[in-house]
Amino acid sequence: MSGFTAPTIDWGALSPVVIVLGAAIIGVLVEAFVPARARRNAQLALSLLATIGALVAVVLLWPGVEESGGTTVLGGSVLVDGPTLVLWGSIALFAVISLLIIADRTETGEDAFAPNAAAVPGSDYEDVARRKGIHQTEIYPLVLFATGGMLVFPAAGDLLTLFVALEVLSLPLYLLAGMARRRRLLSQEASMKYFLLGAFASALFLFGIALIYGYSGSLRYADIATATGTPSGMESVLLVGSVLILAGLLFKVGAVPFHTWTPDVYQGAPTPITGFMGACTKIAAFGALLRIVYTVFPDLQWDLAAILWTVAILTMVVGTVGALVQSDMKRVLGYSSIAHSGFILTGIIALNQAGITAVLFYLLVYGAATVGAFGIVWLVRERTRQSADGSPGPILGEATHLSQWAGLGRTNPLLALTFALFLLSFAGIPLTAGFIGKFGVFSAAVDGGAWPLALIGVLASSAAAFFYVRIIVLMFFTGSASADGEPTGTDVYVPAGDVSAPISAGDGAVAVETVVETEARSTITTTVVKTEGLAVAAIAICALLTIVMGIAPSPVIEAIQGVASFLP
Amino acid sequence: MHTLTALVASLPSDTIGPATETVETGTLLVAPLLVGIPLLSAALLLVLGRRTDRWGHWLGVLASSAAFVIGAVVFVNMLGRSEGSRVLDVDLGNWIDAGAFHLNAGVRLDPLSLTFVLLVTFVGSLIHIYAVAYMEHDADRRRFFAYLNLFIAAMLTLVLANSYLLLFFGWEGVGLASYLLIGFWNYRLDYAVAAKKAFVANRIGDLGLIIAMGLMFATFGSVSFDTVLGGVTESTSQATLNGIALMLLLAACGKSAQFPLQSWLGDAMAGPTPVSALIHAATMVTAGVYLIVRSAPLFNAAPDAQLVVVCVGAVTLVFGAIVGCAKDDIKKALAASTMSQIGYMILAAGLGPVGYAFAIFHLVTHGFFKAGMFLGAGSVMHGMDDQVNMRLFGGLGRYMKITYITFGAGWLAIIGFPFFSGFYSKDHIIESAFVPVEGAPWRAWFFGSVAMLAAGITAFYMSRLFFMTFEGEKRWTNKADGSHQHPHEAPKLMTWPMIVLAVGSVGLGAFLNAGNKFVDWLAPVLGHPEHEEPVMPVPVIMGLTLALVAVGILIAWRRYVASRVPVVPPVGTSLTRAARVDLYQDTVNDVLLVEPGQALTRSLVYVDRTAIDGTVSSVGRVTVGLGEIARRFQTGYVRSYAASMLLGLVVLVIVVLVIQI
Repeated sequence: MSGFTAPTIDWGALSPVVIVLGAAIIGVLVEAFVPARARRNAQLALSLLATIGALVAVVLLWPGVEESGGTTVLGGSVLVDGPTLVLWGSIALFAVISLLIIADRTETGEDAFAPNAAAVPGSDYEDVARRKGIHQTEIYPLVLFATGGMLVFPAAGDLLTLFVALEVLSLPLYLLAGMARRRRLLSQEASMKYFLLGAFASALFLFGIALIYGYSGSLRYADIATATGTPSGMESVLLVGSVLILAGLLFKVGAVPFHTWTPDVYQGAPTPITGFMGACTKIAAFGALLRIVYTVFPDLQWDLAAILWTVAILTMVVGTVGALVQSDMKRVLGYSSIAHSGFILTGIIALNQAGITAVLFYLLVYGAATVGAFGIVWLVRERTRQSADGSPGPILGEATHLSQWAGLGRTNPLLALTFALFLLSFAGIPLTAGFIGKFGVFSAAVDGGAWPLALIGVLASSAAAFFYVRIIVLMFFTGSASADGEPTGTDVYVPAGDVSAPISAGDGAVAVETVVETEARSTITTTVVKTEGLAVAAIAICALLTIVMGIAPSPVIEAIQGVASFLP
Repeated sequence: MHTLTALVASLPSDTIGPATETVETGTLLVAPLLVGIPLLSAALLLVLGRRTDRWGHWLGVLASSAAFVIGAVVFVNMLGRSEGSRVLDVDLGNWIDAGAFHLNAGVRLDPLSLTFVLLVTFVGSLIHIYAVAYMEHDADRRRFFAYLNLFIAAMLTLVLANSYLLLFFGWEGVGLASYLLIGFWNYRLDYAVAAKKAFVANRIGDLGLIIAMGLMFATFGSVSFDTVLGGVTESTSQATLNGIALMLLLAACGKSAQFPLQSWLGDAMAGPTPVSALIHAATMVTAGVYLIVRSAPLFNAAPDAQLVVVCVGAVTLVFGAIVGCAKDDIKKALAASTMSQIGYMILAAGLGPVGYAFAIFHLVTHGFFKAGMFLGAGSVMHGMDDQVNMRLFGGLGRYMKITYITFGAGWLAIIGFPFFSGFYSKDHIIESAFVPVEGAPWRAWFFGSVAMLAAGITAFYMSRLFFMTFEGEKRWTNKADGSHQHPHEAPKLMTWPMIVLAVGSVGLGAFLNAGNKFVDWLAPVLGHPEHEEPVMPVPVIMGLTLALVAVGILIAWRRYVASRVPVVPPVGTSLTRAARVDLYQDTVNDVLLVEPGQALTRSLVYVDRTAIDGTVSSVGRVTVGLGEIARRFQTGYVRSYAASMLLGLVVLVIVVLVIQI
């Protein structure tokens, strides 16, 4: 007993994490003790309070860290330095915005989640739950746990903390991915895939940790960094271990060849969750990757450069060309996120001070556009047209087929314009934040001597602009196929004859692998659903961020620059 | 010592005005409102739209009149200043600050700009009033007035600018207003085409102004009047100065319908008649003359360019006169005459210091009598069911007394009938043209004779126009709906502006000429030209001119009053036939410019389709092909996903190990 001395813990520096995880635990208690009717509001208030609290805590921590350069907490297990704060701020910000979309409900009181995720799709039990208007309010603590994991992930100071954080952030996401209200089999399939592949990646990651520990005798980043600088006869163990660790992280960011899950999970998960996951997971994972590449393996950069370059180039190319042939909006955005991972990797490979700033800024920019874009996808719905009197029927799931978006610019100009803004930001068109972000990472790459990467990045960006602009053209310049001039409906669903994705839609009716859609859906139109307004507010915030950071990025960039250095 | 005197003598020092003062306080600070009020009114009428239909035209009249009142206030204030302090700037603050390029926006108030302000706002307001009645039955009258106000604002920007760039703003603004107003009835295809033609021809001129500004910036480092015009010295390269001056001339040719960019003016008569009177006779088309006179120090230092200016003026002068003799459309005949009269002004402006003031003098009197005649033509059209063919008029003088008398005043003024306005202004130009130029004695004789001869031709075609319309027997046809023509006098709102302009046509010239008033007024800007003797005594020149004018009237009388005017135009000589189609200018333009241009665009489109689009689409196809391959890997089976991850990982590990060895 006497051999153990409790470490002094700087709770203040940890406060964002403590607030979020604490609120998550309280959320579990709320599930148990608050009456069902009040539960949703209580959970929403708690979650928003926690995430906004984390954001405030980050702001309060900022001046101290800016001055001192950061502190190590928990005996070096968590590093609270400048990049950590930027990443915490970004994650907390997008968690707040995502929560708004997650919590939003349509006029009929439906949110994006299955009333009872445990029920077998299509069963009577599910019908009963739906009719009773049950809400699966466990969503909120799950999101908070995931957010907590994401906060720890880039701040971790040793490999074990990193692994625990990885699991804490991943497990809730696996669950959340499977809870879509519509197309439940698609959602569950996505969840299953994400879980299996995630477990596989975790295993590789853990194996890598073991090898590194075997080589260096420590899990601390600082000790490993020292050990890698000291020559020994065991370099191959170190190298294989580092590749395995990188593989685990690259899986999370969706880099080729560890990207295969991305389109399927992006498509299957409930759309608000896709936005949350797309933005926050990417921020957390790139934060961790950035820290490891910059502080743990700097001595290995010549050995690892080849694979990082290969991965970056493949990621940019596969993400771009993959997106070109997609016909589903969520899959397009999924591939686009892969391509963006490639662009961010070029900034990481730069291995210079500018690279840190550029990557952190890029993540912020990308997060804003991603959350906003998926928010809009969630609002654009299918609706049956009842044949008897022609009046619009009930609203169904998201209208994700590209052809269903034709003419949206005419029926909902403001929404389409905002979506176009996000797409232009993805494409990196000047006056949007995306341009500044891309410019930052590419110029950092050129400064760091990686100009071929920047060149490929620019080429890939211009090719990628094609499919973003194609969607804009579709929305604004293509007439919708329905000729009857119905004001709300816009499009006749034309099923693509060669849908090769094995996962099929079908609202819980039939869902078998590799089912090609044959059902004639000509009675389905596209509409923009009316909601309680939370999602619209969230989209507006994202649009504002995208415009402001595109037109006047310097305050943000300067703020990041002021703190962009890692603790050793 | 000798060289110094020679240097001073050769410097155009007498034409550079006194140093510009900047106005800080006082009445003159209202000057920016001259532009602001009409612009605001135009914006209101366009933004509020149909809601202002009932009173919008009166707002337009009010805005234009308010501008005139402000102009008059500034004018009176200016008269109270000594001659040496009549060149003023009202600074409007930093406009452009980009690298080496700094420019302050400002309003230039001096006798030259104020002359234009008064002309534009006074004639403009009269025409606004006239248009209230003329456009009464047009559903879009409000929009018409919005454009007219826009024009007034742009024209005032043009003349009040204190830099070439701000002038260019106004220059483009009047071009836009002109385009909108020519095509006001753009549901008729030929009217829309006319508007486009005017726009394109003007663009060519605008390009000249842009190039000129580029050269100015490269040479003088600025485009403000003070820097550029004050910066011309002996050491400035002749080639540069000639280049700038010729580019300015190109701009002037486009805007003022001078040869070779004159073809648009005849077609521009597609616009409503008040537009023809205001924009295409009195004000906008004279902007080219303003540009040249404003740039006087530049032109004085570039004698070669000046010779080109004189030639352009002389060619257009004769060209317009010949075309005017053959046109049967009353408005097109007037347009040809406008072209020809502006030719006089350009010719005078090209003569240098002896001619600048007279160019502006003729510009002002022409503004009155030509606008008056256009309004008269509008009144005739109003009374004759929009008929414009003069062969179908005749004897109208008995039915439209006021129009007859006011038009007659304009007619006598333009042909230079003694003691009418045009007599003074035109005579001065002819005399100046006869002033010998050192080293080139042929010039005085040549250009003097051309100017004198053209006065005779002018007398012929204007008399022809007047006689065919108002004298002789009736050659009327039925109205479009089959009923008989009932020519009648226009309403008072239309006749009063005509009467006021007629008074100007009669008396303005004599008034401004008395005691050399007008030339002295312009002296702070243009200097006091030394009086130089023409190659012939002045009374001889005057006598010869008047004789030619008398001959012109006589021939017109014999052919169009004493004998029958055929309703169907006779075949005529080859010159007549050529003049009817504007001396084949459209054909020449088509062959030289339009067709090669179209061939060029067609080939560019072809290259774009095949080479560029072809390359892009094949890149696209290859990319999509790659995407298809990528999609084949995306099987949807977790087992193959995991396998691909493992395979990728193994490859990466091997790569790392191989590199390490």
